[in-house]
Amino acid sequence: MIAFVIRRLLQSLIVMLVVGFVAFSMFNFLGDPINNMVGQDATEEDRENLRVALGLDKPFYVQFLVYLSNAVQGNFGTSYRLGMPVVDALADRLPATLELVFCAAGLALLVGVPLGVYTGLHRDRWLSKVFLTLSLVGISLPTFLIGILLILFFAVQLGWLPSFGRGDVVDLGFWSTGFLTASGLKALILPSVTLALFQLTLVMRLVRAEMLEVLRTDYIKFARARGLSNRAVHFGHALGNTLVPVITITGLQIGSLIAFAIVTETVFQWPGMGLLFLQAVQFVDIPIMSSYLILIAFFFVAINLVVDLLYYFVDPRLRADRAVAGGH
Amino acid sequence: MMIRRLLLTTAVGMALVASAAADAKVFRFSTSGDINGLDPHLNNEGPTNAMKNNLYEALIFRDHELKLRPSLATEWKQTAPTVWRFALRKGVKFHDGTPFTADDVVFSLKRNNHEQSGMRTYSASIAEVKKIDDHTVEIITKSPNPILDQNLPAVFIMSKAWAEKNNTTTPVQGIVGNESYANTHINGTGPFRLLDRVPDTRTVLVPNKDWWGKAEHNLTRVEFRPIANSATRVAALLSGEIDMMFPVPLQDVPRLKRSAGVKVLEGPELRTVFLGMDQWRDELKDMPGTGKNPFKDVRVRRAFYQAIDIQAIHRVVMRGASTPTGLMIAPGINGFAKDLNDRYPYDPDGAKKLLAEAGYPQGFPVTLDCPNDRYVNDEAICQAIVPMLARIGINIKLNAQTKSKHFDKIGSRSGNDTSFYMLGWTPGTYDAHNMLHNIIVTRDQKAGTGSNNSGRYSNPKVDELARMIGSESDREKRNKMIHEAMKIHKEDFGHIPLHQQALAWGVRDTVANLPQPPNDAVIVRFVKMK
Repeated sequence: MIAFVIRRLLQSLIVMLVVGFVAFSMFNFLGDPINNMVGQDATEEDRENLRVALGLDKPFYVQFLVYLSNAVQGNFGTSYRLGMPVVDALADRLPATLELVFCAAGLALLVGVPLGVYTGLHRDRWLSKVFLTLSLVGISLPTFLIGILLILFFAVQLGWLPSFGRGDVVDLGFWSTGFLTASGLKALILPSVTLALFQLTLVMRLVRAEMLEVLRTDYIKFARARGLSNRAVHFGHALGNTLVPVITITGLQIGSLIAFAIVTETVFQWPGMGLLFLQAVQFVDIPIMSSYLILIAFFFVAINLVVDLLYYFVDPRLRADRAVAGGH
Repeated sequence: MMIRRLLLTTAVGMALVASAAADAKVFRFSTSGDINGLDPHLNNEGPTNAMKNNLYEALIFRDHELKLRPSLATEWKQTAPTVWRFALRKGVKFHDGTPFTADDVVFSLKRNNHEQSGMRTYSASIAEVKKIDDHTVEIITKSPNPILDQNLPAVFIMSKAWAEKNNTTTPVQGIVGNESYANTHINGTGPFRLLDRVPDTRTVLVPNKDWWGKAEHNLTRVEFRPIANSATRVAALLSGEIDMMFPVPLQDVPRLKRSAGVKVLEGPELRTVFLGMDQWRDELKDMPGTGKNPFKDVRVRRAFYQAIDIQAIHRVVMRGASTPTGLMIAPGINGFAKDLNDRYPYDPDGAKKLLAEAGYPQGFPVTLDCPNDRYVNDEAICQAIVPMLARIGINIKLNAQTKSKHFDKIGSRSGNDTSFYMLGWTPGTYDAHNMLHNIIVTRDQKAGTGSNNSGRYSNPKVDELARMIGSESDREKRNKMIHEAMKIHKEDFGHIPLHQQALAWGVRDTVANLPQPPNDAVIVRFVKMK
């Protein structure tokens, strides 16, 4: 088990290296950061000096190696745009993104699973059909459009919720949280819903399909034959068995939630890593872009690892297999 | 149920907060990007310079009508061709309480001239700053500089003692391993102090109660909150979360005008958007093997100019929010001449004839390089120009890309890798010489001239005039030479000026007074709330 975790962590290092290398090879196609850093009146000599000082005159693989050797020593560079260390910039934005993703994932599960169960159990009720039709909206509308529509309705028309920003945050030293203030919580609602909508419909449809599948299996028939109540059959036997794929998908989707957050964060001016990344792309802020991409690669690997470990707890068969395997 | 209760309690909470703050005058404004930093000698960029002006002060202040007003200097005089004498204001204190003296001026001008300074262009002509006494300085320029006073409003004064104490005596670009205290902290003499700043989220100012001047605002607090997405920015204005924002996307202008409680302030901007043409390659990039560069012929350049229907662009693409121009500089820039501002008429038939005379009756192919995120509707303007030039037989390939790529492609690092391009330019000195020096005179890397003359237009007569303008201290004589240089350039069709785009600010009616200067700067010290 420990060997498994260590192996996976080593693999993550390789993934991060590859992502970093590919990222650096692409940055050349984004344009020139120098023009964004200096004013229009800067002389060519000034521009050239800055280029040399930043090491941008070197080929990309040299830039990558320099970046790596600094990164190994814990120095991820200084943001061209913000003029602050990349580590600080990312650490400032990480809480905003993770709180948003946490709320969105929670929302997707808390609403998606019950809806999936309901539509799975009551296939023919009109309410199920309403849910399924609405879920098409969630899948087909692009995130930014949903975000703007929500802003238009809840912020502009009704004036209930803020259209942008994170509200007041409480700084806990290592973490800035919006969970502790009224304005922080209000500010979370629209972005979370926007970000969650796609995942929510995905979870709902997945649970529904799994429920339909499971309800046809022999052990459910057997459970009914034993005279168990509907409640015991549906929630004791059926639901538990639908959860394995749900966990896999949700886990993997948390990675894409962090990635999708780029769009949501831009629409709501949410001060997270996604917004930071998007602005970095526009500015050609290479230190931020590379560090962000490598960090995201790490997240994906780590989440996959957690998902794999979760299987052990949800699926008793895996535990049994391992126990037997360990006996050899 | 829970959500409803939550909403209810927060709504009540909001109402309480609102009533408690009834006498507060808070001005909240927004634009698409954050300011680039707080160091007054870095980041030569419009909104950033405007923010510096709230916190720091220069010797001279440029107001919303672009007029110069005394600021940290009470009066100044050019005592010799290369000598300017400034009397400094007495009794001024920096935000931290240290008194302002001539030492701070000497220090700040030197800091502004540091090799990593982003604002050096405004003080580059200064050779030396002499302290005469605690409240008098003399500035010696390298050569006669008749427009030094026009440059000084962008050279901000920082406390020497504070900079030394915090080890921030030089400006520092965002380079690995370097951090700059002055880029994250403020100690100016300006009418506002910095209360709080979170990059990309908010910059909060409060009035400086010890400011030497008489406040022309009635504010108790100022919040600058950038919003990148323009649709969200419009929504935030409509919902009343902000009091003012810019720029308003052109397609939203009519809608905002119809909305209750919101108005749109429009005015001409100082930037001139123009097209440039490759006049130096012997062979046009899109005509390999022919050995020809049609743009070397003034008739071809003229044909391009007269084939562009600027009124159609003004009406359709810009929805009226532009001022077509015949000159490379806008009204408000010293050297602007009304008699040169008339455009050559739109005349596609004449243009066709000119092309035929030049030996291109069938036209020729050329690529138009265009940014798509820099100027108002930049890509759309280029898209409109493609069929206009197709009418006279020019086969245009449009290459629209982000500004980071566009400026790199047409810039000097890529060897001006363009045949036909769009660029916009605001003379940062508010003087025509800046336009001549950067865009119009012959490109010379060593001398640092023509560094944005991407088509490398070159006329020795203009170069000579520009050189003389640079050191002529007689205003009238100087303006005559500017007129002559601009006239030659116009008749040479060195560039094709298009228009000045309009400023569009969305303002809520909670704002009682908000001047809109043509440099697109929000001058917070003149803002009054109802």
